[in-house]
Amino acid sequence: MSVEKLSDVIAILNEYDNNPSKLIPILQKVQHKYNYLPEDAMTFVANSLGIPPAKVFGVATFFSHFSITPKGKHIIKICDGTACHVKKSEGIINAVQNKLGLNAQKHTTDDFNFTLECVSCLGACGIAPVVVIDEEVHPQMTPEKVTALIDEVAKKEAQNAGK
Amino acid sequence: MTANTENKGFVYVEGKKVAIENEKNLLEVIRKAQIELPTFCYHSELSVYGACRLCLVDIEGMGIQASCSIAPKDGMKVTVHNSQIREMRKTNIELLLAAGHHNCTTCVKTGMCKLQDIAKKLGIKEVRFKQNTEVKERNTSSHALVRDPEKCVLCGDCIRMCSEVQGIGVIDFVNRGSKTEVLPAFGKNLDDVECINCGQCVRICPTGALTSKSEVSHIWQDIWNPGKKVAVQVAPAVRVALGEMYGLKEGENTTGLIVTALRMLGFDYVYDTSYSADLTIFEEVNEFIGRFEKGEKLPLFTSCCPGWIKHAEHCYPELLENVSSCKSPQQMLASAIKESFVQEGGKREDISVVSVMPCTAKKFEAKRPEFSKDGDFDVSNVLTTMELARMIDEKGIKFLELEPSAFDMPFGFKTGAGIIFGAAGGVTEAVVRFVLGKVAPEADYKPITKVLHESKSLKEMEVDLGGGKKVRIAAVNGLKNAQNLIADIKSGKKQYDFVEIMACPNGCVGGAGQPAITGRENMKQRSEGLYSIDDQVQLHKSQDNHYIAELYKNLVGEVGGKKAHEMFHTHYHSRQRIKLKPEEAKGKTNINVCFGSSCVANGAKKLYQETRQLVKEKGVDAKVHMTPSFCYEKCTRGPVVKINDAIIEKADAKKVAAELDKQVKK
Repeated sequence: MSVEKLSDVIAILNEYDNNPSKLIPILQKVQHKYNYLPEDAMTFVANSLGIPPAKVFGVATFFSHFSITPKGKHIIKICDGTACHVKKSEGIINAVQNKLGLNAQKHTTDDFNFTLECVSCLGACGIAPVVVIDEEVHPQMTPEKVTALIDEVAKKEAQNAGK
Repeated sequence: MTANTENKGFVYVEGKKVAIENEKNLLEVIRKAQIELPTFCYHSELSVYGACRLCLVDIEGMGIQASCSIAPKDGMKVTVHNSQIREMRKTNIELLLAAGHHNCTTCVKTGMCKLQDIAKKLGIKEVRFKQNTEVKERNTSSHALVRDPEKCVLCGDCIRMCSEVQGIGVIDFVNRGSKTEVLPAFGKNLDDVECINCGQCVRICPTGALTSKSEVSHIWQDIWNPGKKVAVQVAPAVRVALGEMYGLKEGENTTGLIVTALRMLGFDYVYDTSYSADLTIFEEVNEFIGRFEKGEKLPLFTSCCPGWIKHAEHCYPELLENVSSCKSPQQMLASAIKESFVQEGGKREDISVVSVMPCTAKKFEAKRPEFSKDGDFDVSNVLTTMELARMIDEKGIKFLELEPSAFDMPFGFKTGAGIIFGAAGGVTEAVVRFVLGKVAPEADYKPITKVLHESKSLKEMEVDLGGGKKVRIAAVNGLKNAQNLIADIKSGKKQYDFVEIMACPNGCVGGAGQPAITGRENMKQRSEGLYSIDDQVQLHKSQDNHYIAELYKNLVGEVGGKKAHEMFHTHYHSRQRIKLKPEEAKGKTNINVCFGSSCVANGAKKLYQETRQLVKEKGVDAKVHMTPSFCYEKCTRGPVVKINDAIIEKADAKKVAAELDKQVKK
């Protein structure tokens, strides 16, 4: 575990007074920092809180909010709830998968720039089909519109890398 | 009804009036009415979980409920069986059968499996659901335990046993819904986590999802190898439990039958681990007296239990120097057998030692690298009590019809002290008998001790050695209870000179290798069985075992001497809980802060932040490479910081700053 990561995790633990009943908020913060829950961080959290690592792993795998595999920098959530599904969200999913070289098993691009998540109902059925990229909600998506959005994000990413 | 139970009204079970006494739940009241409701997840020794949904009953006014999760109330009217309940129970079992691959005919648990038993009792003739086609892999990576997720019914008994009774929590539920599985942390192998191989999960598992790892095939191969002699040793607890596999009562002594059966199986020498239990007393008391007189490294913790030893290595590295360096009786006897064989002109590898143990952790202990020489293990294979029964059955031996016979000498001779090792508190009693026997040789062997406290899991006593010397002793069983006791010792609330720790509840008689057909309430009979053998034998104090005197005279030399240390003592090492490899950067000042469990307890985290701050303040950021690392085995003198080659013990910011200045200048 790197120095920075350890320091981050210690800081998060201190923020919650190393209180075992605060396991979920602690994991949320760790995930927020790394986009996922690294194994060494979970072990460290477990030991610091005095609870078995198996319990922490159990919590981390129980909630779909937590991810135990590394995620990309940008998270694309495509709603596949009933309303979005009827409005052809499947076509959008296929378009994104094709665009980024992903499939049903592979959710994250090799450069760790994008992760695709299919979610059930984002509660915005009126503007279906819905796509959320990072924190921004995009209504009434089509395969063309979503590909354009991804191009835009990728372009910004390339500019940032160039700086 | 006992005196302390008070009548809290009545429950009407199928119209029959049943008194509520101290039952925690309706299920227990119903069982009192001679109705055995089926359950997977209910065990009186564990917390109520309510997952298996088999103990369903229809309560008037409440509908169908799981009786394990309902408190009994006066006037409750309960139906335990009707068409709706019957259908629900059958559906539950059929779903479990469809979800996994149970393969009863090739399962070691067959005949003792609760799923099989319940399916049979409920009259399940067909499974109406489609068989799940996905096959989860069986994990055989551990030396002691086998995990087969295909046979798991997700009752969670193993999880609660491991955390509630043993205080470890090595396994837990992973994922959710139909993807739920029971796994060690991060899906690792049991050998790569803090599992102590005690196998209490195996003991409680209702199906074949957790079993001990059988080495029976290897043992047959050794027996059939004409160039090899095979010696077998039998642990004390085995003799009072094996009979249960053949319908005998718990605690019934089958020593003579076991010896005959082992000879019929083809073992060349049949020895008794009780012999080396006596031997352990010689070495351990010698070690204890040495420490007691100097008043150092006390309390002395016993080292017979391999589950406790591995737990200490993971969680109490700072106490390892308090643990007796004596090998366990299993390993001592194997050393003695191998060494004697060599002394008589044989080759070490031409004799193999098999041991029959009540324990699954002994399988792990036998495979510890320090107990081998050039790849030849002192104990080549370990059989559990149940696996011995399997060998006896495989050869077709009619166990109960055998003529009893006696162990081979010299390693078959023992005193009663060696026998009671199998019962919780037995090691302690054997030590006390030995010590008092030295002080007052003529006195009765039954030790006169002042018992300060006695419960099922803990016995505390005081032994007066005369001349104002008093030895304070504790014997504890069940690992969670041991953890609590250690916490009291560390906080200074309790003070002892000698502490016996047995990882399994009830000690070795309650080990996971013992027949699982017996409930925990019957463990007491097994212990009493051992004490009644003790009553029957002629000698009761280890020092009266003249074969041991002979062993020292002919082979070992002095008690606690050089040869004794080679043969009968060992060492322990701290085991990693967090995998943090120290990384070093060339050309930089390397700072490693130890993050082993005891350094963390001693403030390593705070020190780590302080050291980082120091590096920044001194403006040496670029010249320094700082990493957390794991355990320098200086756990009693933590927190430990290593700067290049300099190790700072009991480190604080001041010491680190001084050393940092020195090292950066270099």
